[in-house]
Amino acid sequence: MTASSNDREKANKIREGDVRTASRLIRNLEDKIPEAKTTLKHIFRHTGKAHIIGITGSPGAGKSTITDALIAAYRREGKTVGVLAVDPSSPFTGGAILGDRIRMQRHAEDPGVFVRSLATRGALGGLSNAVGDAIHVLDAMGKDKIIIETVGTGQQEVEIINYAHTVVVLLVPGMGDEIQALKAGIMEIADIFVINKADRPGAKQLESIISSLLDMAPGFPGGWRPPTVKVENVFESAPFNERTGELRETIDKHYQLLIESALLGDHLKRKTLMEIQEAIRMAIIEPVLQDLTRTGRLEEMTRRIMNKEADPYSLAEEAAGSYLKNIPR
Amino acid sequence: MYYSDRLLLESKSLTDKWEEEVRKIAALYPDQKARFSTVSDLEIKRLYTPEDIKDLDFTNDIGVPGEFPYLRGNQPTGYRGRYWTFRMFSGMGSAEDTNRRWHLLLREGNTGLSAAFDYPTLMGYDTDSPRAKGECGKCGVAIDTLEDFLALVEGIPLDKVTTSMTINPPATVLWAMYIAAAKRQGAAVSEISGTIQNDMLKEFIAQKTFMCPPEPSIKLISDTIEFGAKYVPRWNPISISGYHIREAGSTAVQELAFTIRDGIEYVEDVIKRKGLAVDDFASRLSFFFNSHIDFFEEICKMRAARRMWARIMKERFKAKNPRSLWMRFHTQTAGCSLTAQQPYNNVVRTALEALAAVLGGTQSLHTNSLDEVLCLPSEHAVEIALRTQQIIAEETGVANTIDPLAGSYFVENLTNRLEADAWEYISRIDGMGGMIKAIELGFPQMEIADAAYNYQRQLACKEKIMVGVNKYATDERQQVPLVEIDDRIETEQIGRLSGVKRRRDWNAVRRSLADLKSALMREDNVMPHCIEAVENLATLQEICDVYREVFGQYRDPGIF
Amino acid sequence: MEKKRKIRIMIAKPGLDGHDRGARILARFFRDAGYEVIYTGCHQTPEQIAQAAIQEDVDLVGLSCLSGAHRLLFPQVVSQLKAHGAEDITVIGGGIIPEQDFPLLAEAGIKAIFTPGASLESILQWVLDNVGG
Repeated sequence: MTASSNDREKANKIREGDVRTASRLIRNLEDKIPEAKTTLKHIFRHTGKAHIIGITGSPGAGKSTITDALIAAYRREGKTVGVLAVDPSSPFTGGAILGDRIRMQRHAEDPGVFVRSLATRGALGGLSNAVGDAIHVLDAMGKDKIIIETVGTGQQEVEIINYAHTVVVLLVPGMGDEIQALKAGIMEIADIFVINKADRPGAKQLESIISSLLDMAPGFPGGWRPPTVKVENVFESAPFNERTGELRETIDKHYQLLIESALLGDHLKRKTLMEIQEAIRMAIIEPVLQDLTRTGRLEEMTRRIMNKEADPYSLAEEAAGSYLKNIPR
Repeated sequence: MYYSDRLLLESKSLTDKWEEEVRKIAALYPDQKARFSTVSDLEIKRLYTPEDIKDLDFTNDIGVPGEFPYLRGNQPTGYRGRYWTFRMFSGMGSAEDTNRRWHLLLREGNTGLSAAFDYPTLMGYDTDSPRAKGECGKCGVAIDTLEDFLALVEGIPLDKVTTSMTINPPATVLWAMYIAAAKRQGAAVSEISGTIQNDMLKEFIAQKTFMCPPEPSIKLISDTIEFGAKYVPRWNPISISGYHIREAGSTAVQELAFTIRDGIEYVEDVIKRKGLAVDDFASRLSFFFNSHIDFFEEICKMRAARRMWARIMKERFKAKNPRSLWMRFHTQTAGCSLTAQQPYNNVVRTALEALAAVLGGTQSLHTNSLDEVLCLPSEHAVEIALRTQQIIAEETGVANTIDPLAGSYFVENLTNRLEADAWEYISRIDGMGGMIKAIELGFPQMEIADAAYNYQRQLACKEKIMVGVNKYATDERQQVPLVEIDDRIETEQIGRLSGVKRRRDWNAVRRSLADLKSALMREDNVMPHCIEAVENLATLQEICDVYREVFGQYRDPGIF
Repeated sequence: MEKKRKIRIMIAKPGLDGHDRGARILARFFRDAGYEVIYTGCHQTPEQIAQAAIQEDVDLVGLSCLSGAHRLLFPQVVSQLKAHGAEDITVIGGGIIPEQDFPLLAEAGIKAIFTPGASLESILQWVLDNVGG
């Protein structure tokens, strides 16, 4: 079997929803196996159909519990769901405990649900570098809804806006989230606010803080003023299901708005622009760095900088100069 | 001021000289280790002197047995009046198998019964549930209906023997069965005495046999406390446990603090939810501690526990009845200290841990069998464990006098220290809004996980030793006869269960389950309805399914 | 350039046993050794474990059981993986497992058993030798 027909077979399997092939592809993308990109090329034209939802919030805000409830709510509507649950890698050891899955394990045997845990592997911004690619894989599998659950690192969740159509920000009363809400990033990226554990004291204050901050906003794209959904921390009983059902409806309403207005196109353009820039960066920087490493030039540059014989900026320009001979600068 | 100034001066002068000697010797012959600490990693000094307890107030901190703060014991007479109860925990296979083992234990001198149930029973499932496959009778007795329970207690006079049942989410059901069985025997319900463990907070923290979420779980517990206060006054409706917290890897301080704070949470709930006065029910709260391998740390922990609870009941809850101030506890020697390697060493460990529990003043004791790391205990191993207690009681003389270690510089200092450290944890949890809130935040779970990991790390680098495992290990495999539970037991039990289901009056069952459900919705006390349901031969799972339906199913949040 | 693959392992507790002290310590230990560890929590059925292992594309599944139900449940995990075309995932087990059950489990496809007292280092070494990392 030629390399290309192998990729085509894998691509077909993925489009048919084969979990093993899809998960292996995501793995290869995470591990930066070059062949994986080739398969990705084959499935790319089949992406763009899924509604991508980002769930973000500080650690302990209850993201996984809400994600689990959303999975159930979407399944009740007959939608298929893919979940990317991102957890931090240890900066020291490179390892990670990916524990978000625990709260969603009741769906493990449901063929309509695919949960994949990802470690950040050193990426800043709360998301792993492979997330964008993994989204494409889930999309090509035909998942109606793709939920990305991010590491709650406070201000750094803004990155999620590059991937998700609908960003849901979880806040919890009494956890200092009132302060978090004030950080401009959070206020600007949220399409929907969820006050989780709303039975705790401070829920009303949090709601009014959000409201007054929104009042100060200059305007809302598409006229969508981010609504606040309050969810009380009750397990699986009727009120909790009701509220999370309401959340699901609100999320879908937002997507509907994007479709009806021109905003979906704007979003896609913004995302695509980011993606192509990133891809170009990878396509150029990776080989350059590899070459510099292979030829020993990188090692030499490091030595010279450490001995203060040269500065990193000049050396970089030199290197750029040697690789970019044909580009007018 | 515990000592006179003159004595302290004398002591200091001698101690200073001693320290000088130590310095000289240690320069030539250094200590074996850089640091000497308890198994919980609390650092211990080379010597304790009067200086270390000089701030003690004799009357208010030490006192006498039978008087507040009860440091030296709840009862004036101590073990001379009555030894602690020899209460060997046991359960295996079918109800008949366990009944046989119980009769054996009673003949051998066990003075109280203690029931171990299998996992499906512990989790509120019947033996024919798909989730129960492979688990029937493996680590305790399988109980599905009242009929099984009657077989379990066959020939045992429930008005004469006290029984402790280690059961948590389905505690109401097992207690209902016990009460129904007592009624069948013609015993007066107001006379029966025993304990149900029934402590859900520690499940969320450590043992993880859970069913419903925290709030409704506490509600069921308060129901049992209220019911007991009114109708079964000699029964302990809860055994607030630290044993499992310790087994999960906590330090002694954490075991002490979290257990006591759990107790506080329960007391607060009963007062708030049921409107009872603290003296109406507090005398029937009981506790359950671990007795781990660090000898003095455990003795001091238990003494500190008694004093802390007395102080809390008096000062925080304003209890007036002295019985409300008593901390009565059962102890089990530490399962996690036993090794699979060289299992006969475990006899020694258990003996020393049992001794610590006795010196700590326990009311009741279970000693582990040497083979418990490998399987359910064999008859012979159980016998040795029971004899261990009897030898301590009858031969060693430690029961001749009350709280023999009182006044020791080391013991009183360590008792104070454990108490002070535990108060810190309790304040922190108070600050979080209580134990349920703390559990939601993952606080006790994280503390325990950190302590467990730290201990593991210390074992790995031999800072802490387990003889036969990371030191004095041999390749020789010591063979210990193993008890095996036949897989046939599962099939037989399923057969028995379907027999009951065929014979019983399904309409009566259905009615009592519906009745139970409405009682739960109305927030009535669940016990009378539970008793009726078990008497109609509703199964354990049928009743628990009602709980699950009304209250929801808790899922492990998986905090790391 | 030969890319170093990150090894993903799953730690799971099948059956009703909730004693997870060992499982959690193992999870932390392997994280500290540079692995990506997916922990499923307790009270898992063999089906749930197998499906999760496939979705997560793990190289190794470590099962922990202290209730005696390993005889039935461990082999079921292996057969579930096989039924879904994932028999290349290595399965190992630990907990309260008497030696006389080792042959049964080995025959069922459990590649190694680690009982109480096994050092974490020895488990890590086994994984390094047999799976990678």
